[in-house]
Formats: sequence, structure tokens, C-alpha cells
Amino acid sequence: MQISRETLLRSYRAMRTIRAFEERLHREFATGEIPGFVHLYCGEEASAVGVCANLTEQDTIASTHRGHGHCIAKGVDVGGMMAEIYGRKTGVCRGKGGSMHIADLSKGMLGANGIVGGGPPLICGAALSHKVLKDNGVAVAFYGDGASNEGTTLESLNLASVWHLPAVFVVEDNGYGEATGSSYACAGTQKDRAAGFGMPYMECDGSDFFAVHDAARDAIDHARSGKGPVMLHVHLERWYGHFEGDSMSYRAPNEVADAKKNHDCLESFRERAGQDKLLELSALDEIDAAVADEIESAVEAAKQAPWPEEADLMADVYVKI
Amino acid sequence: MSKKSFRQAINEALRQEMRRDPTVVLMGEDVAGGQGGSSGVKDAWGGVLGVTKGLLTEFGENRVLDTPISEASYIGAAAGAAATGLRPVAELMFVDFVGCCLDQIMNQAAKFRYMFGGKARTPLVIRAMYGAGFNAAAQHSQALYPLFTHIPGLKVVVPSSPYEAKGLLIEAIRDDDPVIFLENKVMYDDVEDVPDEAYTIPFGEANLTREGDDVTIVAIGRMVGMANEAADRLAKQGISCTVLDPRTTFPLDEQTILECVEDTGRLVIVDESSPRCNMACDISALVAEQAFGALKAPIRRVVPPHTPVPFSTPLENLYMPNADKIEAAVKAVMMQKTREVA
Ligand SMILES: Cc1ncc(C[n+]2csc(CCOP(=O)(O)OP(=O)(O)O)c2C)c(N)n1
Ligand SMILES: [Mg+2]
Repeated sequence: MQISRETLLRSYRAMRTIRAFEERLHREFATGEIPGFVHLYCGEEASAVGVCANLTEQDTIASTHRGHGHCIAKGVDVGGMMAEIYGRKTGVCRGKGGSMHIADLSKGMLGANGIVGGGPPLICGAALSHKVLKDNGVAVAFYGDGASNEGTTLESLNLASVWHLPAVFVVEDNGYGEATGSSYACAGTQKDRAAGFGMPYMECDGSDFFAVHDAARDAIDHARSGKGPVMLHVHLERWYGHFEGDSMSYRAPNEVADAKKNHDCLESFRERAGQDKLLELSALDEIDAAVADEIESAVEAAKQAPWPEEADLMADVYVKI
Repeated sequence: MSKKSFRQAINEALRQEMRRDPTVVLMGEDVAGGQGGSSGVKDAWGGVLGVTKGLLTEFGENRVLDTPISEASYIGAAAGAAATGLRPVAELMFVDFVGCCLDQIMNQAAKFRYMFGGKARTPLVIRAMYGAGFNAAAQHSQALYPLFTHIPGLKVVVPSSPYEAKGLLIEAIRDDDPVIFLENKVMYDDVEDVPDEAYTIPFGEANLTREGDDVTIVAIGRMVGMANEAADRLAKQGISCTVLDPRTTFPLDEQTILECVEDTGRLVIVDESSPRCNMACDISALVAEQAFGALKAPIRRVVPPHTPVPFSTPLENLYMPNADKIEAAVKAVMMQKTREVA
């Protein structure tokens, strides 16, 4: 099925925004100005964007510690995200959460998560809300190959099947959980796990936006039409360390270079768009320039933004005491 | 004796105990690191902060086990192995992750001995990082020692320096009960003289890092250093403090705490854990019950507010106890109208 021009432009812009956002953070982190832990999503952009291109604002997603890409793909404000990462009052979470806790429920973004495997159970709950409230929404859990071994994840696969929930489980498999390879840590296969819990399984190359988009469309259609949960296994590569500061001695020296050269979702998008005459490359270049400006202003604004104040410390522990 | 960091002190304790006792095994996420990686480099990390680096190389894969990200299963496996002949040291990385495996600690390991009528021994150590001050935000900054102290059957260690860490960890490994060993993540690069040979520091014996006449400051873990800093400043202002490090929150050296309060008549407790039902509450109750007559002024607690740990630096600074806040609390108890003590 043809993807609309508007969707293609929007998706390319989202992927470019994630790439530029993350590469800028990589540089800014090295200056020591960014506090806390930062996990970059570079190289994995097509997964978040290809999936979210099939979602509406009403649909819900849950993300991970590597959450910036999912946030951007689901429409969270980029300036607010940057300010959050800098710990400023103007951040989407008012400086209280930081990189690992960016959330915007008004956008159906149930949060990045500092707890591996924290998202899948929450997505069962969100899917239950969509089902009970009959709003036609679906709920999507993004989680890593590492997170696929958490009890919470495996229990959620079961629960989603038992309750026949409109849920999609997106395994973002970049081959590593921290410094440990998934070939060591994951017994069996994701495919057999899906089968074990009685749900359909799909897989795709996560460096190819079009492949992710089409697989996600089928998975999401399945869930939305009331047929129960689905697993979508996305094969990915991460381009930076597990967190900023990781020297990656556990990876072969050429692994990342190869990924950048041969599996760059932005490059493959441009190629395909040109070959199939889907979009003019000049339109994509314009997007690149606009995104560069947007990120520059986001960083400038974040650095200028006010810090939270003393009164903010006690605010929002409860709705009401 | 040589200068060692907190990180090195822990590494050395593990290494020496593993050499001494072949039943000591290590497990946790990336305690070695690199398994299944494309470079073939094993022992790539030695834990996220490099604390267990080199142990895989010396002791091999049978005794240094990288785990999948599956806390409920490997913490439970450590408990099961402890009850059946091994002495596992399991690393939970951040103590906050106990949310994923509390059952295996609270309902299993902690209760075996009592439930089984004294027939089990569970020589298990769970190491984890705790504490704020790292901009690690609400899910990676908690100081959960009160949670464990609350559970009968667990021993809970919160070392305050490299010397303390080494001796207490060796004690923990040799102990036959389940021990939760909590390391403050801000302290790994702290350095002091630490003996090269193995030594133990007994549980339940408080350490007085200084003795004074006016106020007793009880401080836990990283707070001990802050309390000493405050006490230095106060000494210059003519106020002399005792600083007491309980070392273990269970067993708790109640007697030494009470003796110090009898001597000084004033008590400030510094605890970086959330303020409700924490160690500061517990120790306050102890003193109110058993040394009420000695108190010349109300007890003061220097604790964070009842909020999750905030991310942003200014908020985290407001949140944390520090030497200024301790100094102010000590001055406040000194100013408080002295009660006539019989
Ligand atoms: C419950 C829990 N255990 C461990 C961690 C530490 N941790 C953070 S990210 C991570 C690796 C996650 O791997 P994966 O799910 O594959 O995601 P990726 O980092 O590859 O995107 C680990 C072990 C955590 N945050 N929460
Ligand atoms: Mg992974």
C-alpha cells in the first residue's frame, strides 16, 4: 500500500530530528553540561518512526531508558525535551524527570522508563483502557532485547493474550543489553516466545523505514481490529555506547562503522525516495536544514531557560493531600 | 596498608574471599560484561561502574556469572544457591531495581530460617548502589535501607568509607544470614588507607568517628562524611560533637547510641532515606523510649523531604542532606532551651 506524501515527509522529518537531537546530545554530553545518564537512539530511528507513523495521538506508547526517539516520533515537543534533559523548569517534566523519564500523556506517551521491563505491564493497562473505553485505540510497548528477559515482559505477553488486548509488543533488538550480547542472554527466539503466548509474530529490518512501516501497519491493524496482541520484532543496531561514556570494548571495532555505512535508515530512505520518485531530494534537504535550526534553537533555549525553584521540590508528589 | 578507593576496596574484598572459599560465587548484570559481544572481549565492564573488574579473568565463568536482565530469577537463584551450599554475592546494580525481585528477598531468603524451624542457612549477600547526588533521578537514586531493615531475617550494611567497605563486605560474605550490602554510588572514588590483607568488621558495632561533649550525631553511609565535616566546623565554633556511624542498620548497636546520648544529652540523626519510617525515626524512637531522661533538647532529624528524588541539580541539592544542614541542626539543638535533667 502506498504511503502518503505527507506521511513520508513527516516521517523523514521525525527521523532526521531524532538523529540531529541525539548527535547534538552526544557532543553536548562530552562538554559535561548535561547531568545524569543519557542513552542515545541513533541508528534506531526508523523503528520508532515507522511504528508511530501508524498511530494516532490517541494511541498510547510506552518507552524505555533509550526513549528520546519514541518521544519525538510520538510528537512530544522537542524544545521541551531538550529543556528537560538540561534539568530546566521549562522541560516537559519541569526538570524533575530528565532524559530517562520524559513523558507526555497528552500525546499518548506514557513515559521513557528507568526500569528495564517497566513498560510492557503499563501497556497492558493502557490497552485495557482503550478496550473498556471503546476509543478504538491501541497501546504499543517498545522494549529491548534485554528487557525481553524480564519477568514483567513475559507476564505481560501472557496477560495481553489472556485478556485479548489491543496491544503491540515491539521488541527493539539491537543485539545488546548494556555490554551483554543477546546471543548470550536470550534463550530461544522472540518468534517462539510470541508463539508460546499464542500471538502472531512479525519481524522486520529496523534500518529500513518502509519495512518497519509496513510490518507495523499490519501489526497495529491486527490489534486495532480486535484480534488481540501481536509481537513485532525489529532488528536494529545502536550506534553509540549503551550510555554516554561507554567505550564499547565488547563490540568488534568495525561493527558500528559498518552499521553507519550500510544500515543508515536516513540514507536508505533518501535512496528509496529518489529511486521510486516518491519525493524530491530537495524537499528532504530542506527538512534537514529546518531540523538543524530547530535543534540549535532547542539547545540555545534550554541553556537559557530558568532552573526549577524551591517550591517545585514539594509540588506534585500527590494530586491532593 | 595502601591507599585504595571504595571501588578497589570492594573488589579486593570479593577477590580475597573468592580465593579463600571456592563456594563464593558472583552473579549480576554485566558483573563481567562482554558475553556474546562481537569483539570477544570478556570482562569488558566489571559491573556498570567497574567494581568487579578482573574477577572473571581470575575465577572463570563458573564463579563469575553474567545474568540476563531478569532480577527476579537471578536474585532468587542466589537465594536458592545460598540455601543449598554456595555463598553467592549477587549484584543488583541499582537498589531501586529491588522492585523487580523483592519477593525473592522478602518472602524467600529472609524467611527461610525462621519458617523452616531453624533448619536453613542462607549465606547470601546482595550488593547494590544507593543514594542521590548523581542526577540519576527518581528510579536510580533511592536510599532503601529502611525497607530492608524492616524485614526480619535480613541484615543490612551501609558502609561509610573504603576501609569500612572492605571489612564489612568480608564479614557479610562470611555471615550465614542474608545480608543486603549497600554502596553509595557517589563514594566509589573516595580514597583512604585500607589494609592489604583480609579483615572483618563485626556487624552491630557502631564506630565513633569522633567523640565530643555537646551533641551526638548519628549518621548513616555517605552521611558520616558530611557529619564529620559539619563537626569540624562546629568545633571551631566551640561546639563539640560525637559522630556515630552505626555501620549496620540491622543489627543496630542500640547500646552505643544510648550511651552517647546519655553523655551528650542531645541527638541529631542524619539519614538520606525518605523521611517516613526511616532510620532517623527508628533511632528517635529508641532514644525517646530508653534515654528520654538524658535528653536536654528535642531530637532533630536531618532528612530529605517526602518526595521522589528530583532530577534537576538545584532540586537535588535542596533535597539532599549536607554539612550545612547538619551544622544548622546541631546549632538549633544547642540553642534549644535546656531541659532540667535530673
Ligand atoms: C530493572 C532494571 N534492571 C537493570 C537496569 C539497568 N539497565 C539499564 S538499560 C539496560 C540494558 C537494557 O537492554 P535492552 O532492553 O536491550 O535495551 P537497549 O539498551 O539495548 O536499548 C540495563 C541492564 C535497569 N535500568 N532496570
Ligand atoms: Mg538491546
